[in-house]
Amino acid sequence: MPHPVFRKDPPVSGAGALELIVRGDPALLAIVRLSLLVTVSATALASLIGLPAGALLALARFPGRTALVVAINGLMGLPPVVVGLAVFLLLSRSGPLGSLGLLFTPTAMVLAQALLITPIIVALTRQTIEALWEEYSEELSAMGVSRGSAVATLLWDLRFPLVTILLAGFGRAAAEVGAVIMVGGNIDGFTRVMTTSIALETSKGNLDLAIGLGLVLIGLVLAVNALAWGVRQWAGAHAG
Amino acid sequence: MRLEDITLRAGGSLVLDDVSLPLARGVTTVLLGPNGAGKTTLLKVAMGLVAPTSGRVDEATACGGAPRKAFVFQRPVMLRRSAAANVAFALRAASRPAATGEVDALLARVGLGSLGSRPARLMSGGEQQRLALARALARAPGIIFLDEPTASLDPAATKAVEEIIKSMIADGVTVVMSTHDLGQARRLADRTAFMARGRLLETGPAGAFFSAPATREARSFLAGDIVL
Repeated sequence: MPHPVFRKDPPVSGAGALELIVRGDPALLAIVRLSLLVTVSATALASLIGLPAGALLALARFPGRTALVVAINGLMGLPPVVVGLAVFLLLSRSGPLGSLGLLFTPTAMVLAQALLITPIIVALTRQTIEALWEEYSEELSAMGVSRGSAVATLLWDLRFPLVTILLAGFGRAAAEVGAVIMVGGNIDGFTRVMTTSIALETSKGNLDLAIGLGLVLIGLVLAVNALAWGVRQWAGAHAG
Repeated sequence: MRLEDITLRAGGSLVLDDVSLPLARGVTTVLLGPNGAGKTTLLKVAMGLVAPTSGRVDEATACGGAPRKAFVFQRPVMLRRSAAANVAFALRAASRPAATGEVDALLARVGLGSLGSRPARLMSGGEQQRLALARALARAPGIIFLDEPTASLDPAATKAVEEIIKSMIADGVTVVMSTHDLGQARRLADRTAFMARGRLLETGPAGAFFSAPATREARSFLAGDIVL
């Protein structure tokens, strides 16, 4: 029995998708460009908050710290649609930040992605710094290093692991669809990114563009992972 | 420098029990005793890394000022950088100029002159121990605490480390170290301090300790018996 929407299956053409990539289809490039802009901005914003917060959580001792650590670890698995809903409520006309008019803009998408990956960056940064601090603390004390200098030393010596943490956050944000479609609206030429376009073009039956974007997205995720692997290898060989 | 009536309780147990020990300038003191005797903890208290429950570390010298102290751990932690960068870091931490010449001189002093660019964590155990000594020397210490500095090193690496310790002693650095190696204690010690169960059982000139130990525990220890 035919599907109620598609009378017949749309034609699938891998060659058509590859052609779009090879000839640099303007629509495809625009979507890729916006995706990168949104995800790089979100990763930068999440790092600005996540790295210092993770360091603070690793080194500071205060009442409720354990509960906070457990909560942030739990938030690593935050459902994207819940993040989308939260940012939507925040930015909607009747929300606390509604007057800024940010809903259905790339800025809203940046906020949603940043909110999604900040707990990941905080939790992994906390875990990484805490492990090295346990190792370094007594040695640095014996060398007469002040608390402030010790933090700077930890961050410097962890620069490669921290880069891989940021790349993990970037990968998670780039592959996300639920939150950005809720707060971005998937507006053609304005808030349409790779993941939302793939969902839309597939439902429209325009599989060439969907597959082309899918290939670019997979390539991007693979490249980020390869970069993270390369950073780890280089650090192992040069910094020990 | 002098440790006076040091007592340390931790987790309900008595780790150090009323230990008093003079650490005279220029005298090499070797702490001996079975595992769990409190040797490492006593060194950490003397360094100021662990606060005693009671008692005090009197750091006043004949000149009035406290000597600059340095510590080398049994398993020193190498910073994730090159050997030269580790030494430069120690120099800066001691508020001393970390010029290339200074770094190279310290590396040469511990026999690592050609390994400055090598990542410290990729060095052998013996090289890491020597690098730790270079970092300690970067503080220009008046007194240095060494916690089993040759544990788990082979004879060649042990000899290299002992040579560095002897050169420190020759330069007038006061050395206080723990070891399980009785031969090493005979080679290096001016005075010995024998500990068991957190207590200092006897202390005195090394020659007298090895030829005529005063306590039953020390006699058993030197005879190779198990002392608990």
